[in-house]
Amino acid sequence: MSDEVPADEEAALALIQQRHPGAIADDYSSSGQRWLLIRREMIYELLQTLKEQAGFNVLIDLTVLDRLGQEPVFEVLYLLHAQETLTRLRLKVKVERDHPVLPSVSGLWSSANWLERELYDLYGIVFEGHPNLKRLLLPDDWTGHPLRKDYPLTQEPVQFIGLQHEGLPSEQIAKQGEQDAYGHPPQ
Amino acid sequence: MPMAILPNDAQARGRTMKTISPGVELERISSGAGDKFVLNMGPQHPSTHGVLRLILELDGERVTRCEPVIGYLHTGIEKQCEYRTYHQVIPLIDRMDYLAGPNEELGYVLAVEKLLGIEAPRRTRYIRVLIAELSRIASHLVWLGTGALELNVSSVFMYCFRDREYINDLFEAASGARMFPRYFRVGGLIDDLPEGFTEQARGFIKSFRPHLKEYHGLLTRNPIWMKRTVGVARVSRRQCMDYALTGPILRATGLEYDIRRAFPYSVYPDFDFDIPTQTAGDAYARYLVRMAEMAQSLKIVEQALDKLPEGPVNTVSRDLSDRNTYRSHPWRHFVVPPGEVYQSIESPRGEKGYYVVSDGTNKPVRMRMRSPSFINVQALPLLIEGSWLADAVVAIASVDPVLGDVDR
Repeated sequence: MSDEVPADEEAALALIQQRHPGAIADDYSSSGQRWLLIRREMIYELLQTLKEQAGFNVLIDLTVLDRLGQEPVFEVLYLLHAQETLTRLRLKVKVERDHPVLPSVSGLWSSANWLERELYDLYGIVFEGHPNLKRLLLPDDWTGHPLRKDYPLTQEPVQFIGLQHEGLPSEQIAKQGEQDAYGHPPQ
Repeated sequence: MPMAILPNDAQARGRTMKTISPGVELERISSGAGDKFVLNMGPQHPSTHGVLRLILELDGERVTRCEPVIGYLHTGIEKQCEYRTYHQVIPLIDRMDYLAGPNEELGYVLAVEKLLGIEAPRRTRYIRVLIAELSRIASHLVWLGTGALELNVSSVFMYCFRDREYINDLFEAASGARMFPRYFRVGGLIDDLPEGFTEQARGFIKSFRPHLKEYHGLLTRNPIWMKRTVGVARVSRRQCMDYALTGPILRATGLEYDIRRAFPYSVYPDFDFDIPTQTAGDAYARYLVRMAEMAQSLKIVEQALDKLPEGPVNTVSRDLSDRNTYRSHPWRHFVVPPGEVYQSIESPRGEKGYYVVSDGTNKPVRMRMRSPSFINVQALPLLIEGSWLADAVVAIASVDPVLGDVDR
C-alpha cells in the first residue's frame, strides 16, 4: 500500500481523466451524492487503475438497477472505498438486458466473488473471468432471475415433490373457483 | 452384559460412515484422496447461528478446505420491497438482521429521508440513536451468550439473555414489540417515548454496568476461554480490505474505522464515544472489541438520556383520535421524488448499506441492502482453512453472522 497515492474524489477524477480520457459518459448528483457513469468497454481498466494507483482498496458494494421501462439496460453499480483517505467513489456502467456481460473484478477485490455470484443469480448478469460463477442464494436448478423487473412476484411455479396439479398458483386458484368442494361445477 | 463391539480399522475403512450426530454428516471420499473426507456441517446445526452450511474437507482434525453454502433463508426481501410502499417496507427491514432491528430501520429511514430532503426533528434523532445503541448492546449480548455457549460456558448465556430481556422490555415500552420494534418511521417515530421510559433506561444502565464487569470476570482472563480464542481465526488488515470486512472484525486488526465517525449520520457527532480497537485480529481480539463496544454504547445511551431535547417527534403531526384519518394519513401514504441514494450505517456487524431508488411513486424501484453478514460469511474460508475442526465453531461465532441478514 506504500506506493499508492492517497486519493480524494477530485484527485481520483483527475486521474481518470488523465489515464482514461473519455471514460466518463455522465457525471451527476442525486441527494448530494455523486455518481459517475462509465463507458462499458473501459470499466475494467478504469477499476484496475483506481485500485492500483488511486488507493481504492475496498470494494464495498456491487449491485444492479434494472432500468426496464425507461431503457432496456441494467445499471451495474460499483461502490469503491479508499481506506487511507476515507473517500468513496460511486461508479455505474450500463449493460444491455439481452446481452448482460461484464468483466469480473473478483481478481482485483476478493469481496467481488460473492457479490458477482449474487448478481448472476438474481439478475443473470454474466461476469467473464469469474472463477466460480454459479447460483448463490437460489437452488441450483432454479429457472429465471427473480430480481429482474419482468419476473413477477408470486408467479413462480410451486416446487413441491409429487405435485398433483401443474401450473402457476394463480391458475390453480382460478381452476378451483370453477368447482365446489366435491370437484363438481357449481350449480 | 453385552459388550460394545468396536469395528476394527479395516471394517471402518471399508464402508461409508453414517450420521454421527444430528446435523453433521460424515462421508468418506471414495475417490482415494488419502485420508481426507468431506464433512457437511449444517444447515441445521446449533453452532452455525442459523441455517449456514459449511462443506469442510478434513485431513484428520484439520480443515483443509471450507466452502460456505448460503441461501437456506433467502426470502427475497429486496424483491418484496419493490411491491410495497415505503411505509410497508419497515417491518421487512426489521427481519433481516433480526438481532438488531432498530439499527437496520435507522439506515432505511435515513435513506428515504435523504431522498425526501427532510430531516427528522431533533428529539427524534436523539431517541433513534438511543434505541439503536440499545439494540447494539442487545445484539452483542446474543453474540456473547451464544459464542460462550458454543465453548460450553452456559452460565454466561443465561446472564446475557437476562440483560437482553431488560432491553427488550425497553423496546416493548416504546413500541409495543420486543424483537421487531418497527419503532422508526420515515420522518419520525411511531410515538414519543412513554412515561417512565427514561427512568427504566437509567435503571438498565445502572444494572448493566456491574453485569458487564461480571462477564469480563467470567471470560476475559479465563484460561479455557483464552486457550480457545487466542490466535484462532486470525485475519490480517490487508485481508480485511480485500474481502471488504467491516465492523468489529476490521477494528480487531487495529484500524480505528467506524461509519459513525468516518461518515457521520444522524446526531452521532454530538456524542462523546471511543472506537475500541485491538491489534491481534483473532477471535479473542474480536471478543475484546465487542465487549468494549458494549461499554461505549452504554456511554452513548447515557448521554442521549441526559441530552434528550424536548419537542415534537414527527415532521407531520399525527392525530390518532380518528381512525379513518389515520388510515389515509400522509404519514403512511407518501410519494418520494425521483432519485437515488446510498446510505451506510454502522450496524453491530459492520457496514450496512441501503441503496434506494425512487421513480416518484410511493414504492421504491429498487431496494438494495449491503449486509455485513453476507460479506463477512464470504471470508469464513479465510478464517477456518488450516485450523482445527473445533476452531471452526469459534471462527463462526467470532464473525457473528445473522443468517437472515446473509440471505435476505
